[in-house]
Amino acid sequence: MRGGFDMKESVYAVEVHDLTVAYDVKPVLWDIDLEIPSGKLAAVVGPNGAGKTTLIKAMLGLLKPVSGAVRFGNIPDEKHRKNRIAYVPQSGSVDWDFPATALDVVMMGRYGHLGWFRRPGKIERQMAYDTLEKVGMRDFASRQISQLSGGQQQRVFLARALIQQADIYFMDEPFKGVDAQTEKSIVRLLKELKRQGKTVIVVHHDLQTVADYFDWVTLINLRVVANGPVEAVFHEKNLSMAYGGRGLLLKGVV
Amino acid sequence: MEHFFMLLQDYTFQTVALGSALLGIISGVLGSFAVLKKQSLLGDGVSHAALPGVVMAFLLTGSKNTEVLLLGALLTGLAATFLILSIVRNTRLKFDSALALVMSVFFGLGMVLLTYSQKVPNANQAGLKRFIYGQASTLLERDVLLMAGCGVVLLGLVIVFWKEFKLFSFDPEFAETIGFQTKWLNALLSTLIVIAIIIGLQTVGVVLMSAMLITPAVAARQWSNRLWVMVLLASIFGAVSGVAGTFFSSVYTNLPTGPVIVVCITIIAVISLLFAPERGIMLQIHRRHKNQVRFGVERRKI
Amino acid sequence: MAGLEIQLIAVIVSVACALPGTFLVLRKMSMMSDSITHTILLGIVLAFFITQDLSSPFLIVGAAAIGVVTVWLTETITKTGLVSEDSAIGIVFPLLFSIAIILITRYAGSVHLDTDSVLLGELAFAPFDRMIVFGKDIGARAIYTSGFLLLLNVGGILLCYKELKVATFDPMLAAVLGFSPALLHYGLMTMISLTAVGAFEAVGSVLVVAFMIGPPATAYLLTDDLKKMLFLSAVFGAASGILGYQLASILDVSIAGCMAVITGLLFFITSLLAPHRGILAVWMRKRRQRKEFTEVTLLLHICNHGDTPEVQEENGVNSLTNHLHLEPRKLRRSLHSLIEKGEVKRCGSLYVATDIGMRRAEETERTLLNTQ
Repeated sequence: MRGGFDMKESVYAVEVHDLTVAYDVKPVLWDIDLEIPSGKLAAVVGPNGAGKTTLIKAMLGLLKPVSGAVRFGNIPDEKHRKNRIAYVPQSGSVDWDFPATALDVVMMGRYGHLGWFRRPGKIERQMAYDTLEKVGMRDFASRQISQLSGGQQQRVFLARALIQQADIYFMDEPFKGVDAQTEKSIVRLLKELKRQGKTVIVVHHDLQTVADYFDWVTLINLRVVANGPVEAVFHEKNLSMAYGGRGLLLKGVV
Repeated sequence: MEHFFMLLQDYTFQTVALGSALLGIISGVLGSFAVLKKQSLLGDGVSHAALPGVVMAFLLTGSKNTEVLLLGALLTGLAATFLILSIVRNTRLKFDSALALVMSVFFGLGMVLLTYSQKVPNANQAGLKRFIYGQASTLLERDVLLMAGCGVVLLGLVIVFWKEFKLFSFDPEFAETIGFQTKWLNALLSTLIVIAIIIGLQTVGVVLMSAMLITPAVAARQWSNRLWVMVLLASIFGAVSGVAGTFFSSVYTNLPTGPVIVVCITIIAVISLLFAPERGIMLQIHRRHKNQVRFGVERRKI
Repeated sequence: MAGLEIQLIAVIVSVACALPGTFLVLRKMSMMSDSITHTILLGIVLAFFITQDLSSPFLIVGAAAIGVVTVWLTETITKTGLVSEDSAIGIVFPLLFSIAIILITRYAGSVHLDTDSVLLGELAFAPFDRMIVFGKDIGARAIYTSGFLLLLNVGGILLCYKELKVATFDPMLAAVLGFSPALLHYGLMTMISLTAVGAFEAVGSVLVVAFMIGPPATAYLLTDDLKKMLFLSAVFGAASGILGYQLASILDVSIAGCMAVITGLLFFITSLLAPHRGILAVWMRKRRQRKEFTEVTLLLHICNHGDTPEVQEENGVNSLTNHLHLEPRKLRRSLHSLIEKGEVKRCGSLYVATDIGMRRAEETERTLLNTQ
């Protein structure tokens, strides 16, 4: 058994236990314990350099932690993970001049399901068109990705995640640099995912909209400041603790 | 005209043309991936680093068979690639400095070994230098067969791993999250690129190999936004310039094949950069001009 | 006597290459040296067609001009946005080199201008070409040509030291201060081209790259100070000149080749043993820090779970090991060390932090949040 979790049916989508991540020896996340229940729209919030992106990358297994473990609710092991977890990276992390159309990018979302060697076919193509339709990008399917606006690019990458038909979605600042219309349609999609019973975990920057968009919030700054339903933990005191940077490492000591 | 048909029936011409065309196809396909992975110049490093391998293989075996020498080249080429990447990982040097350092030091080692081999009694090392300059005219039937064999394997692997290579070149992190072992994909793709470079040494030589890798891919990229079209076009451009280069250097005396191939492929690239639809420079200029005219008109209206 | 002259030339050439090379390494333009050292061949050929004289100084002018043209062409292609910078380099220099080779094989076949001597060079022949002034032999010609080059480079760098420094580390600031970064850039590139022309005859164009990049790259591992880096580059360059010659005469092989190999070896040894950035030093530092880091992680864990309901589960003597998912051996060692320092003690079936431990944890917190 991997690290301290009991094997009974879990109500949590993600459980993180004693997670410490460091670049070289500089700790970025320190002894993180948190659970996010299934079916929530969760925001990960904290000041710059608080380790938000690091947290989701460590959850996804893209970074190797110094210590600690992550468990995804009812997904038993690594092998089953890949098709049940989807990730939308921060925009700008790919080569936009790559010879790929919006449709190509979305189809890549099916590659994990296809596994090694099998080619995408008609079914995948149709799925990709349908998913582009869902994000309002059907008309741009054959556009090369650099010919799309920032908001459109974000929607294409969102579609790539949607087509994975995962249970848990991780998104790294999906609202960064997008227009108001795109933001609205992304929020609509997030709510739709929630209705379908999926869990969505979003690194979020804008404190103003947390209460409107999300129902769960995780405040971090090197450590977890607060983790719970928005109405319970998203208040002045926790925020000033997260952003003021005091009394974080040692609960109740300082 | 008669002369032209005679040339086409000439056995040497056929052999060299076929070899150059094969090289064009192979380097066009794998060069596309090298360019997309932003590792264009790695080809330059690997080809220079191949020299000590060639000479070492000769010194150890005494053989001048192409496959023996190329095997040596492959080993030092891979060793250099590995060294460059580990210098970048373990020191503060950037990729460009690591590349320049490793390739020139390996080439220096090659020079040392080459001068050493000249002293070995009874060893006829003449002909090793053809790997520095490349001498397409020395291509034999068996060399071409070797190239064809390697080509089939390389292209076969690219077709088999097409989806994976595409995904990995575009977004390696995403490939990792959906369960592909990117470490192995990277090693495989890099090895295929190194093999493609080594195959070309005999034809175009150390210095010009980077053009064979980069230029067809850059030309092809201008014409299409689809990866498979780009790769296909790059191989066609490569093959066409291979044959054209061989043709011109057979028709005119004192015209070295390798450099002529490079000039041909660069002409194709320049035409592509200038006139390609959608992206071409001419079109960009035209658009800018049109905009200026339009703004001009509007300003006058105001 | 010839040996001494060769070593002198080797040292002068290496130092002359290393100085401008320092700026190439810092400006992340190392591969430009590879490009330029190849294309100057075209400049030499073209100038030769015009002057018909292999010893004409116009050959140097032509070569330097083509060097600058190479840089300009590469940048122009990059600026279209259609081609990445490294691809642009890889398109331009093989083309110019190809044209040079074609011209040589086609028209200059009878003249002593073969690609061998340009690409590979041969230092051993340098002493045969004498400098005769008023009928008096005053030493090998290469000493004077490369010496002139060295003076030129030293002079150029001394004259524009401040400007080059600013333009290298902060081009925006340089522009604001009124030093045109473009002008400095092309000035530096001219210097590189001239150096390449002056050096290729002795060492061959491919190995010029080794002397331009190797010593500065080695120096870069040892210092952050530009002056020190220039000085160390020159020292490493000179050392590889002398050691390379010695090695070559023992093995009776290519001198320039040996110099390049020594350059590589110096880099390799330095990268392993350099005091702060060496691979060995970094490895040892990381090991020590990792040990300390594990201790603090453990200490914080014990502090944090000290007054929570799950304390029995989290900090229990038997269950602690399950919780941090550290390697059991590592965890036991850290725990042992913490207990020894008196920062943690065993209290019945629990581990608890002592006052000393609490203080260390607070201390850690303060420093961590300050460094953020």
